[in-house]
This record gives sequence, structure tokens and C-alpha cells, in this order.
Amino acid sequence: MFTEDTATALLDEETHDAINIDRTKGDFTFPERNKFDAGWGLSSATVDYICDVKQDPDWVREFRHKALAVFESKPTPTNWATKDLENIDYDKIRFYLSDGEKPKRSWADVPADVLETFERLGIPQQERAFLAGVEAQFDSEAAYSNVKEELSKQGVIFVTSAHGLKEHEEIFRPWFGKVIPTGDNKYSALNSAVFSGGSFIYIPKGVKLKQPLQAYFRINSESFGQFERTLIIADEGSEVMYMEGCTAPKFETATLHSAVVELVALKGAKIQYVTVQNWSSNVFNLVTKRGLAMEDAEVRWIDCNIGSRLTMKYPGVIMKGERARGEVISIALANTGQHQDTGAKMIHAANNTTSNVVSKSISVGQGRATYRGQVHIPKHLKGCKNNTECDALLINSHSRTDTYPAITVKGNRHATQHEASVSQVSEEMLFYMRQRGLNEGQAMSLAVNGFINDLVREFPMEYSVELKRLIDLEMEGSVG
Amino acid sequence: MTTTLPAWFTTRQELAKARYESIPDPKRNDVLWRFSNIKQLDFSNLSGEAKSPDHTELIARSTGLVKPAAKFVFLNDEVIHSQSSLPENVICLSLADALVSYPDLVEAHFMKQETHLGSAKYSALHEASVKNGLFVHVPDNTEIVGSIEVHHWISDKGTVFPHSLIVTGKSAKVRVIDIFRSADEISPGLVIAYNDISAGPNSAIDYIAIQALNEVSRLIAIKETTTARDARSKTFILNTGSAWARNESMSRLEGPGAHSDMLSVSIPHLEQEYDQRTFQHHVSEGAYSNLLYKNTLYGRSKTVFSGLISVDENAHHTDAYQTCRNLLMTDDCEANSMPGLEINADQVKCSHGSTSAQISDDEIFYLQARGIDPVQARQLIARGYSIDAVKRLENEDAENLVLSFIDSKFSRIL
Repeated sequence: MFTEDTATALLDEETHDAINIDRTKGDFTFPERNKFDAGWGLSSATVDYICDVKQDPDWVREFRHKALAVFESKPTPTNWATKDLENIDYDKIRFYLSDGEKPKRSWADVPADVLETFERLGIPQQERAFLAGVEAQFDSEAAYSNVKEELSKQGVIFVTSAHGLKEHEEIFRPWFGKVIPTGDNKYSALNSAVFSGGSFIYIPKGVKLKQPLQAYFRINSESFGQFERTLIIADEGSEVMYMEGCTAPKFETATLHSAVVELVALKGAKIQYVTVQNWSSNVFNLVTKRGLAMEDAEVRWIDCNIGSRLTMKYPGVIMKGERARGEVISIALANTGQHQDTGAKMIHAANNTTSNVVSKSISVGQGRATYRGQVHIPKHLKGCKNNTECDALLINSHSRTDTYPAITVKGNRHATQHEASVSQVSEEMLFYMRQRGLNEGQAMSLAVNGFINDLVREFPMEYSVELKRLIDLEMEGSVG
Repeated sequence: MTTTLPAWFTTRQELAKARYESIPDPKRNDVLWRFSNIKQLDFSNLSGEAKSPDHTELIARSTGLVKPAAKFVFLNDEVIHSQSSLPENVICLSLADALVSYPDLVEAHFMKQETHLGSAKYSALHEASVKNGLFVHVPDNTEIVGSIEVHHWISDKGTVFPHSLIVTGKSAKVRVIDIFRSADEISPGLVIAYNDISAGPNSAIDYIAIQALNEVSRLIAIKETTTARDARSKTFILNTGSAWARNESMSRLEGPGAHSDMLSVSIPHLEQEYDQRTFQHHVSEGAYSNLLYKNTLYGRSKTVFSGLISVDENAHHTDAYQTCRNLLMTDDCEANSMPGLEINADQVKCSHGSTSAQISDDEIFYLQARGIDPVQARQLIARGYSIDAVKRLENEDAENLVLSFIDSKFSRIL
């Protein structure tokens, strides 16, 4: 059998210690200690309660109520999406919880049990090793927030979105809800009604961050939906990489996670948004992510989905300025009981814009991986280019994979290409590796890591090492 | 007439009528009608009796192959001419006659599969309204040399429901060519056609549909192909005519070694819209399917391609390929592609590809340097691009017939 020891032996000790995050340690909960609790179910009273607790300005309260009406009026999109969505019982979800304490500035102020969770997730080590700033989210509010002093001096804003909308309204408000309007889909409307937590980041003109910004998200209260809202604005010529990673303790009833992430890359700016999603396999993860790229700007989504029961996530880029560029790099791993429904949306809205989508999915056991894509090139534009590649790997005979792209091209001055393939790990390949002394599990793991290797390289170093290890763990027991 | 029809048929027509009435109209947000122009499904301008033009003239215009193995000419679903030099053991006659003479044989193969690409309502309407068409049954170990050629004419504001039912026994072989045309260039007509193609073990069926209706008519054509063990089916669709055409082509691979080719060439111009949906259904393991659709778009025309490869749970060792290519010739044309895969088995080789692009300036320059003017050069490249799919018919007579319709379309675009 393929054990953890053999998997980790491949890494040198030091690297391993630095990045070691034992995901099984996520299977625990601490006693809940919530000062504010909006109760079960969703109504306009829930929305008012959230507004009161968070002391939202009037415009936010109005925004939330409008969104609630939109959410209630929109049907569940089961005409194209999985029927599993009907299993979400909104009356059995608590939409807001908080310990009511202000975000902390130093580790010493963070409550001990929360700190222990973070310890187990390995945040302090990473903080020391790599991070420019940490925005760790414990339930709906950030329990810890820290931006390195040098960044503050450069004028970088890295705060919770609640803080952002109050203290930086002049920057926050013009873009909030503009990239993803409330009515975009049912789940973006839900998020707009009950959002709490998430980050607001502003990078001033010409500032290029050398180190990535990072936030960890956790769900810790049973049946509790998390609705964070993130807005990143990169001003002209600036560059930023943001990393979002998720773990969640296992619960007995399904929880709902519905985030909205909006990126704005102004002229010549560059935003990379990296996600490693590893929710426990009872979480519905219905996320709307979209970036706006102005002239010469670039938005890249680097997305890896390993956990959750159902993930529906189609990061998009609207290329609004000339020569803007959009890219989605996506890895999905669906194990038994999981449905990874991911994809990409590329909307070309200016001349000479280019987009690239590379998606790789792996289906293990009875897992199901789906790619849905949209590429839209309207009339009267010229020189737009899109390249889409999606490759699927099936491990077992009950694994399932689907691909549903939609490409619209109007006019004759563009080029698009789409290619997809489905394959399995060949017997010869496994045989070759076993000849060289690997057991079947190791051989399979190596083959799968090889399949996604060129994408894993796109991730920041510590993520790619962690990713490889996560895949080793997921592949355990998948064969033999 | 109803008295002579078999009871199973009249019952099925009644049930189909009820089904047609109970199925709601497709809506704009139906996934199976994504990017479609739903307005084209309003058929209210078509009420009116079909008039019967001069038969002799239409028969004279019904030219195709030099020496067809058999030839049928229909006008508004009535046979106005037929000739045959087929072997005696081959059954090849109008569906109306076959229902009377071979009711059991027809029943065994008539509309056996469910339509699930969006037109279930129109499939029901066809089933409720079908009166005629062609029935071909080729018994075991019989190979037909040459092709069966069928001309379908439609006149005035008529609605027709032509049905082609083609069945082969073991190791049999046949090629059928359907040609749909309008009697004049100004009367809007509607064709709701259905093709039932059933290839028995180790047999081969080639089916070619040429759609060259006038540009105010509309067409819905539903095709069901089933291919048995070691059999080979090849279907080809050419779209040059009609204001709007919707093709739904389903191909079921039911035995190991089954081989299905699905080919299409569409050349829309002006405001023409072609909406094509395909389904490659691998029911059995060890089967092969390959799809190639090529569109050349002019004017403000629009195409929709939605293809799905579906591999059932136990259909291991499947080879399935799907390619849709769009050549965009003007600024205002629009190509939509939705190539899809649904895989439930392993040891599967599947791929799909879709591209949209224009002719590069280099290619035009190359031909100009050899004395060919740019307009001609573009046409030449477009023709060559279409021929790629036509060549896969692997029969010179059939290829030339298809090419004559392609050339006639290009000559109208110039």
C-alpha cells in the first residue's frame, strides 16, 4: 500500500517541514463561541441582522436587500447544471456567525483555540517563510489581519472587505458589484445579500509586489455557509499575486460556500489569483469569479479544485481594453462522491485581446469532472485570439468526465481553437514504472502528477509542492 | 386510405399527435436550443394548400447521378416518378406502399429511438403527420452497386414530412442520396424530415442528404443512425439552401467494431442560419466514431454546432473523435461551437476540436502571385476547404454530385 511516508520521502526534510499541512488534521471542530449568530434560514430579517451587526452604511443595506430579492426571484439553474443543487436546504443554513471581535493585528491577540487551528494548518511557518501579509478567515470574520509595514508604506491596502467598504469607500464603491453584478446568477445574488468577510486589496500605481498576498479560509461551524466577498483593484502598471487556500473540517450535514471575487486590472496592471480549494466533501462550493482587464492589462486565474461535494466555478475575464489578456489555468480532481464542475469564461470586448484556457481534470473512483467554457468574440472587433485546451484523465472504470464548451465568433478577423482529449493511464506506462520498483499506487501517483505537471509549475513554489502531496494522498487506494 | 394502414401505425400516429400537443414549445433558455433562433419555429405563415406544379417539368429537373440504381421523385410527399434496376430481393419502395405491403418489417425499424437533442416535439409532429418517404430493405449478403437517388420537391406554402427508412441485413451494402429542393424560388415551405438508418451486422450504409431548398423555406431534419457489430455507417449532410435549417443527428454504436462517420458541409450566406446538433452515442465497447463538420460562412450568416460524444458506462475501448471547423469569410458572420464530451468508461480515446478562423493573407498572396484574382482565390480556398469533407465519401459519383451543388452555391455567392 502507498503510505504517507513513501510520499513524503520524495521531498527533502526541510522543504517538507516548511510546507507540511496535514489535511487530516482538518477533521476536528472546536467548541463554538459565537457572539453573533443570525440563526437558521434566510429572510429579510436575516439581512437586517447582518447589517446591524456589521454596522453597514445605508447603501450597503439597500444593496443587500435588492440582492435578496434577486436571489429569491432567480430559479435554481438545474436546466443546465446538476440536480444536486436542489439538495441545498437554505432553511438549514446559518448565514452569519461571528465572535464579534475586531480583526487582530498580532498572533498574541488571537484566541488560543483559533490559533491552534491555524497552527495545524501551518500558517505561522508560511507567514515567516513566504508571506507579505496574512488575512486568515475564521468563520465569517477575519480573525487575523496583518500587512507588512513596507507594504503599507507603498500605499498597498490589504484589509477585510467590511473594513474596505467603510474606510476606503472612495476606492471600493466605484468597483464593488461592477465586475459581477448582483443579478449575474442566483449565487452571486445570494452572496451580495449576505456577504461577510473576504478581502479588499488596492495596489497603487506602478507598485509591483514581489511576494504574494495570502488568505486562508476556513469553515468551522456546522451547517454554516460562508459568503466572502473579495475585491482586488490593481491600479495602472501595478502587479500582484493573491493566493487563496481552503480547508474545512468535516461535518455531517452539507455546508454552503458561495463567494464572489472581483478583480480589476487597470491599464497595464497584472493580477494573478491563485486558489487551492480543498473543502471537505460535504461542502457545496458555488463561486463566481471574474476579472476585468483594461488596456494592456492581464488577469490570470490559477485554480485548483480538490475538495468539496459539488464545486461550480467558472473564473472569467472580460478583456475590455485593447491588447488585454486573460488566462485560466485549472486543475480539478474529482474523487468518489465529488463533482468538480469547473471551467472558464472569456469575454473579448476590445481589439487584439487574447485569452488562453488550459484545463486538466482527473476523475478517480466514481468522481465526476466537468469542464464548461464560454468564449465570446463579438462583431466589429479584430485580431482577437483564443486558445482552449482541456484534457481529462480517467483512473477507474466508473469515473466520469464531461466537456461542454461554447464558442461564439463573429466576424472574420479572429482565430479560436479548442481542443479536448480524454485518456487513461496506460497499462504500458504502469508496467514500465513497476518494472523499476514502484508499487502500483506510486506508479499511478507519478503518472497523474506527470499529467498535470506542466500546470503545477504555474503555481507558486510552496503551493506546487503541497499540490503534489495532496494528489498523492487523493490517489491513495485508487488502484489495486 | 386510413383503412389500409396497419393498426400499429394509426395508433402510433394518434399517440404522437397527443405527444406533440403536450410537449411545450422550445424556449430561448433551453440548453438544447442555446444560440438558436427560436423565432424560426413560428410556422404560422405556412397555412395554405400546396399547389401541384407541372410534374413533367419537375421530373425533367430531377437530375442527379448518371446511372442511379433506383430513382424516386416526390412532390409534396407524393410519388410522381420512380424507376429501379435493383436486385429482386431488395425492397425499395415508397413508405406509403411499404406500410401496406410490409407492415411488420416497417414496424420493426420505424422510429425506434427517442429524440433527445431538442426536437422531440417536431419528431412527434413528424410521426403524427408522416405519409410518405422511402423504405429500403437490403437483405443479408446483398450489395447494391450504385446509389438510390431520391428527389423531394416542395411547392407553395406546403409542409412536408419525408421519411427515409433504410435497413440492411448482415453483410449488405447500400447508398441512398436524398435531395431536397423547392419547386420555385419564392414560396416559403417547411420540411420536417426524419431519417431512420439501421445498419445490420457487418453491413455498410452510406446516406447523403443534400439540402438545397429555396432561401425562404425552413427545414428540420432528424437523423437516427444505429450501427451494429462490425457495421459501417456514413452520413453526410450538405446545406446550401433554406433560410433556416436545424439538423439533429444521432448515431448509436451498438456493437464492437461498429464504425460511424458523420460528415457535413454547410455554406450559408446572406442571412441564412444553420443549426446543427449531433450526438455520438457509444452504447457498446470497442466501437469507433468520427465526426467532421465544415462550415464556410458568408454575409451575415450564422451557424451553431453543438456536438456531444457520450460514452456509456461499459463502453470501454471506445474511439470517438469530433471536429467542427468554421471558415469565416466576412465581418458579420457568426459561428457558435459547443463541442461536448461525456465519458463514463475508461480505456477510452476521445477528442474534440473546434476552430474558427479566416483565410490568411499569405494564402491569398500565394495565389495572386500565380495570376489568380483575390476573389477567385478566396473561392478556390473555400472550395478546397469543403472538399476535404466531401472526399471522405470515397465514391466518385456521389462526390461529384455533392460538388455540383457546392459549386452552384459558390456561383451564387460570387
